[in-house]
Amino acid sequence: MKQFTYVIQDNDGIHARPAGILVKQAKQFESSKITLNKGGENADLKKLFALMKLGVKHGDEVTVTIEDGDEQHAADILLDFFKNNL
Amino acid sequence: MIKLSGFGASKGIAIGILHFYRNETQTVMRRRIEDVQLELARMDAARTAAARELAELYEIALEQVGEQGALLFEIHQMMLEDEDYCESIKSIITNQGINAEYAVALTGDNFSKMFAEMDDAYMQARASDVKDISERLIKILSGKDTSVQHFDEPVILAAEDLAPSETVQLDKDKILAFVTVEGSNNSHTAILARTMGIPAVIKLGKELSEELEGKLVGVDGFTGELVVDPDSETLQKLQTRHEENVRKKRLLEQLKGMPAETGYGQRVLTYANIGSIADLGAVLLNDAEGIGLFRTEFLYLESDHYPTESEQFNVYRKVVERMSGKRVIFRTLDIGADKQAAYFELPAEENPAMGLRAIRICLTREQIFKEQLRALLHASNYGKLAIMFPMITSLWEIREVKRILEDTKQEMREAGLPFEEDIEFGVMIETPAAAIVSNQLAREVDFFSVGTNDLTQYLLAVDRQNQSLARFHDAYHPALLEMIRLASDNAHKHGKWIGICGELAADLAMTETFLAFGIDELSVAPTSVLPLREKVRSLQTDSRQDILRGHKAYLNE
Repeated sequence: MKQFTYVIQDNDGIHARPAGILVKQAKQFESSKITLNKGGENADLKKLFALMKLGVKHGDEVTVTIEDGDEQHAADILLDFFKNNL
Repeated sequence: MIKLSGFGASKGIAIGILHFYRNETQTVMRRRIEDVQLELARMDAARTAAARELAELYEIALEQVGEQGALLFEIHQMMLEDEDYCESIKSIITNQGINAEYAVALTGDNFSKMFAEMDDAYMQARASDVKDISERLIKILSGKDTSVQHFDEPVILAAEDLAPSETVQLDKDKILAFVTVEGSNNSHTAILARTMGIPAVIKLGKELSEELEGKLVGVDGFTGELVVDPDSETLQKLQTRHEENVRKKRLLEQLKGMPAETGYGQRVLTYANIGSIADLGAVLLNDAEGIGLFRTEFLYLESDHYPTESEQFNVYRKVVERMSGKRVIFRTLDIGADKQAAYFELPAEENPAMGLRAIRICLTREQIFKEQLRALLHASNYGKLAIMFPMITSLWEIREVKRILEDTKQEMREAGLPFEEDIEFGVMIETPAAAIVSNQLAREVDFFSVGTNDLTQYLLAVDRQNQSLARFHDAYHPALLEMIRLASDNAHKHGKWIGICGELAADLAMTETFLAFGIDELSVAPTSVLPLREKVRSLQTDSRQDILRGHKAYLNE
C-alpha cells in the first residue's frame, strides 16, 4: 500500500476537468484500488462523479491511497499530477 | 410595457422578437422488456453514438469558442464513461427488466439531483451537464434527431434553461440574445454567451412565460433587464446604447492584434496590470501584449501563513503559461504600509508609508525573499518571466538584491534545478531618490518601471487618500514629469528600457508626453489597454520636440 497527502493549491479545487483527467489516469494503473480521502469521506479515484461529489476545494487536505499492482509507479505519477495541476 | 428583471450574464443590448426555444422535454415511457441482452446492447450502441457526437461537438466548439469553451464537451465525454452512472443504468435494465430510455432518465435524475444538492455553486451547475448527457442518450435511444432547431429570422431566444450542447449548435447569426427563466452565471451557457459576445440575461423567473412569444422585447445584458413591448422612448434609449456599444466593440475588435504605433512610427508596448490570477481572462480578452505589473501581494494577503514555494510556483507558472510567451513582470512582495498580513508580525509604526515595507522587508528577512525568488525562477521555465523589485532608493539595495538573487540561482544550480539563466529583472522607480540616481541604477538592471502613485505621494508629500488634500495633489506636477523624463533618459543611456505602471499610464491626456519622453511600455488596467492603443494610433503629428522644449522651458523659466 502506498499513500500520500496533499493540500490543494489550485484556487478552483478539483473541478470537473482535473477530476476527469485524474480518473483517466487512475484507470490506466493495474492497482485495483485507488481511493481519495477528504475529511473522512472516501471516493474511488476511478469514478468521476464520486470524486466530484467530494467537492474538494482550495486548501483542502486530501490523502490518496493506492493498493496492489503497480502501486509505487501509480503513486509517483499521481503525486506529480497533483503537484503540477492542483 | 412590462419590465422583467434578471441577472445580466453576458453584456450587450439587443432588440428583437422573442422566440421560445422548445427543448422538447422528453416524456420517457416506462416499458417492460423481453430481452435484457438486447436492451443492454442497445444501450452500448447509444453510448458509442453519444461519444461520437460529443467528439464532433468538441471540434465545433473548438472552432467557435476556443479550447476553454470546448473543454465542456471533453468533460461530457468523461461523464459518459463514469462507472457508477453506467452501472446504475445497467442494473436498472437487468434487475427491473425495463427499457433503456427509462433507466437513463431515472439515473440522470438521481445524479443531477446529487449535484444540485451540493453546497458549492460550481458543482450545483454541473447538474445541467448530467441532464444534458442523459437527454442525449435518450434522444439517441428513441431515434430522435439530436441536432437543434433552426430559425429563419434573427430572434431573441427564450428558454427555461439551455443545455450547453444546444448553445453551441445554435446558429449564432440568428440569435440576438439569450434570455432564460433559470440558469446560473457559472453555467456553460453563460460562459459561452460571453465568449461569443452574445448578450444574455438569466434568472428572469416564471414571468418569462410562453405567452410572450412573438412580442417585441429589449434585452439589456448590462443591467439584467428585459423590457416587453417597450414604449418609443425606452426603445430609443436602448437603440442609442446598442449603437454605442456596437461601435465601441467594433473599434476594439479592429485594434486587437494591432501594434500601438503612432502615425509617425513610434511604437509603445501596451501591457496590463493585474492583482490576481482571476484577472487573467480580462488581460487576454483585451489583448494586452504582456503583463507589466503582476502584484504578488494577494498570495500573502489571502493566506494565513507565509505562502510556500510550491504554492507560489503553481500560481506563477499558471500565469506565464496562460500568457504563452508574452512577457509577465512579477513585482516581488510589496507588503507593509496599508497592506498588512498578521503572520508577518510587523511592528506598529508611527508612519507606515515610510516604514518597513516592500524590499525593506525582503532585505531584512532574506528567507522569505529567497522563497519567492526560487518560486519565480522555477516558473521561468514555463514562459517569459521578468522580476521587478519595489521601493528601491539606493544603489546598495539593488546590489544586495542582486547578490541574493545570485545566491538563490547558485543554490538551484547546485540542486540541479533548471531555470532561465538570463531572466530579466528591473526596479520600480517610485521614490524621488531612485529617479535621481537612475543613472547608477540603470547600469545594474534590465529595465525600469515607474510607479506614479507612490512617486507622486513621496515627491509632493501628499497622501492621495486624504480627500481634504485634493487641491495639493497635482497629478501632472512638473517635478513628477521631470522625474519620469530623467529616469527615461538614464535608462536609454545604458541601453535599457522603461515602462510606467502607475495610474497615470492610463491617463490619455498624458500619452503624448510619455511618448515624447521615450517611454517604451505603458501598463494599465486590462480594460484600458485598447483605449490606450487607440489613443497612440490616433497620434499623427510628431510634436515630441515641442513637448520636450515646453517642459524644459517651464523648469528653467
